[in-house]
Amino acid sequence: MLHIEGWKRVVIWATCALGLLFALPNGFYGQVESYNDAQEAGQEATGWPSFLPSGLVNLGLDLRGGAHLLGEVKLEEVYTTRLEGFWPEVRNALRKERATIGAIRQQEGGAGELVVRIGNPEQMDRAKEVVQTLARPVASLTGGMTDDIVVTSRENNLIVTLSEAEQLATDDRTMAQSLEIIRRRVDEAGTREPTIQRQGNDRILIQVPGLGSAQELKDLIGVPALLTFQTVVGRSNNPNGAAGVGNELLPAADRPDLYYILERTPVVTGEELTDAQPSFDQNGRPAVNFRFNTSGARKFGQYTTDHVGDPFAIVLDDEVISAPVIEVPITGGSGIITGNFDVAESTRLATLLRAGSLPASLEFLEERTVGPELGQDSIDAGKIACLVGFAAVLIFMFLSYGTFGIFANIALLINVGLMFGLLSMIGATLTLPGIAGIVLTIGMAVDANVLVFERIREELKTAKGPARAIELGYEKALSAIVDANITTFLTAAILFIMGAGPVKGFAVTLGLGIITSVFTAIFVTRAMVVIWFERRKPKTLEV
Amino acid sequence: MRLRLVKQQTAFDFFDKSKFWLGLSAVLVVLSIASTVVQGLNFGIDFKGGTTIRAESSTPINVAAYRQAIEPLALGDVSIAEVFDPSFRADQNVVQIRIQAQDGQEAVASDLVAQLETALRNIAPDIRFPSVESVGPKVSGELIKSAVLAIIIAITVVLIYIWLRFEWQFALGAVGALVHDVILTIGIFSALQIKFDLAIIAALLTIVGYSLNDTVVVFDRVRENLRRYKKKDLSDVLNLSINETLSRTVMTSVTTLLALISLFVLGGDVIRGFVFAMIWGVMVGTYSSVFVASSTLLRLGVKRDWSKPSNTDGNHFANIDA
Repeated sequence: MLHIEGWKRVVIWATCALGLLFALPNGFYGQVESYNDAQEAGQEATGWPSFLPSGLVNLGLDLRGGAHLLGEVKLEEVYTTRLEGFWPEVRNALRKERATIGAIRQQEGGAGELVVRIGNPEQMDRAKEVVQTLARPVASLTGGMTDDIVVTSRENNLIVTLSEAEQLATDDRTMAQSLEIIRRRVDEAGTREPTIQRQGNDRILIQVPGLGSAQELKDLIGVPALLTFQTVVGRSNNPNGAAGVGNELLPAADRPDLYYILERTPVVTGEELTDAQPSFDQNGRPAVNFRFNTSGARKFGQYTTDHVGDPFAIVLDDEVISAPVIEVPITGGSGIITGNFDVAESTRLATLLRAGSLPASLEFLEERTVGPELGQDSIDAGKIACLVGFAAVLIFMFLSYGTFGIFANIALLINVGLMFGLLSMIGATLTLPGIAGIVLTIGMAVDANVLVFERIREELKTAKGPARAIELGYEKALSAIVDANITTFLTAAILFIMGAGPVKGFAVTLGLGIITSVFTAIFVTRAMVVIWFERRKPKTLEV
Repeated sequence: MRLRLVKQQTAFDFFDKSKFWLGLSAVLVVLSIASTVVQGLNFGIDFKGGTTIRAESSTPINVAAYRQAIEPLALGDVSIAEVFDPSFRADQNVVQIRIQAQDGQEAVASDLVAQLETALRNIAPDIRFPSVESVGPKVSGELIKSAVLAIIIAITVVLIYIWLRFEWQFALGAVGALVHDVILTIGIFSALQIKFDLAIIAALLTIVGYSLNDTVVVFDRVRENLRRYKKKDLSDVLNLSINETLSRTVMTSVTTLLALISLFVLGGDVIRGFVFAMIWGVMVGTYSSVFVASSTLLRLGVKRDWSKPSNTDGNHFANIDA
């Protein structure tokens, strides 16, 4: 008999109501958005009743405008830095064995290796043994323990590299650190809802809505911002001049033909800063004030006390910003960096120093900027297209199926509402292809209803009475509906797993659209048909 | 009075000229492949690497002048195309500039983009750049790989699903239709040299989904009729099934096309290529579920002794009840 139990009706209509309730905030987008912003900022939020859900469908960058960057972290740089820091330990260990292995000397090595020349190459095995004892255990891939370094030799040179397990562990740390620093920098810039995600092994995806250009974002996150204070050994005009072992030659930031020879090991680094603020020097030029933490302040105080009258260099990312002469010991733990800055640059430098330095540099593989006006144009065009498409489908359905067409149309409206409700609930992002997904769903959502209606028509021909025809129509159309939608859902799922960016957004709307359209077709439309049938009890039926 | 696109009772013979239709499909498939091999696809930066810049100005766009302004920068292959769209305002002139990936550069050279923007400001002072997109060769290579993989996986998964729910002959027929649709869509993008980017892959997969939807509905009816008319010829059963579902096939295609065409006309130029692919796919997909999938099924033959229970029980999904 054509009948739906009472509790099932309650569940069906409650589901619809709940979905529509969650979709509601999207109808008042601007209002709800400012409400959410206020709430997030901890201010008193007005303009939206607090008892209503306030989740919104996020707009993707292609709709809202903003910047998108895909960067690759140069993980090997960290290996080199690690090994560089390992050198003093290696040196001390080998020096103790000087009697057997002879004089040792650090050589320039390739990326990710520490190269040491051994005076008595015939004692190489002994030297390797000594260095190997410095190894620390790390958890290996297979679960056991392994050494963090690998010691090999090449001719007269002893070569230290990081073991595979240690490299992986380092990579993870580097990525975590990079993500954290980037997040801090982007947050400092005060933009809304940035997306900062690790992608794969060595990539970071950064999306910042509302930013004018990707260049702005690159300025903010593209530099390591490694600040060091180093001892000045000399100056040179020759960019290829020899710096000597343990030293390095770095260019001056403000003069093209000036180079400084500096001791490679820094006195203090930016790691030990606790604060940095943009300010002005006594001549009124933009500068950055900084403050060290306790250990940094002690080191810096000690150094400046010992080296009054000597120049020392302030180095940012391998460029000497300035090399002032120490006039008095600086023991207060704070100082000022002057250089050829304008106000914007000093502000940015202060921001970068506060956020900390990136462990490795970033290379950008992909960069997209969409202006807000293009996004708005797309939204407007999409809206009109949706409305027109919607109207066309509604009219067509009514003309084709009459009363049943109206049921299908109401179900279609509920369907779109439910889609937005679901999208808001899971906080999905709507992209331009996502809008296309919605339009496509509008077209395809009626399919399930069409299948049922056509089936009812067929069953009516064999004349078993309207109630039986409707019942059989639903029953027999079901396997086709289920099979057809499962296969489409499978492709949506694959799109979601394999797709990138906007394509993912499309997959989400398509997949959710399939779920809601099946729900509306087999439950909502059916409930309407049953209610209608109970009231009217028609003797004949035209579908 | 109801609008009926398809008469109540139809008895078309779809296999009368099945050789012709299969032949036509085969020719189109060969042409598509030939076009793709000979003149290739007009890959967007997603797959080729490079930079696209969308520029907007209130002064009419003179492509030759733009080209001249950009020439001194020596950027290699530069394509400049004006974009027209009914949704543009009267003084909205839009041009799309594409620059090839620069040699030896993985990352995107933003100073190059800045130089180009300056060069264009000289000839159109009010020029704006609503979107700048740049993809390095490394990423674009990976995108191609994952796109091809996605399509192959989708088709395989579908093959397995239909095989489980129907019989292997159905699965082959459905997949034959899918491959046909995908190749024909790639073919038209090659023939008309429409930009082929990541969104088109999404469109292709949707076409796979849609075409399948159609095919499965026909096959579902074939399965039912095979159980009901155990003595009928396979070709008669297929014909009957297609005729019975014809009204639904046309209805669904029309509603989907109504929605898509509205998006094609009014949705703006940014997604037009994407929507075009879908419209084409819906048409090809509808055609192929009748003329490719069913014809293949007819030629493969089907095992007739359905050992499952009779059709009145439907199948285990029939227990789902409202």
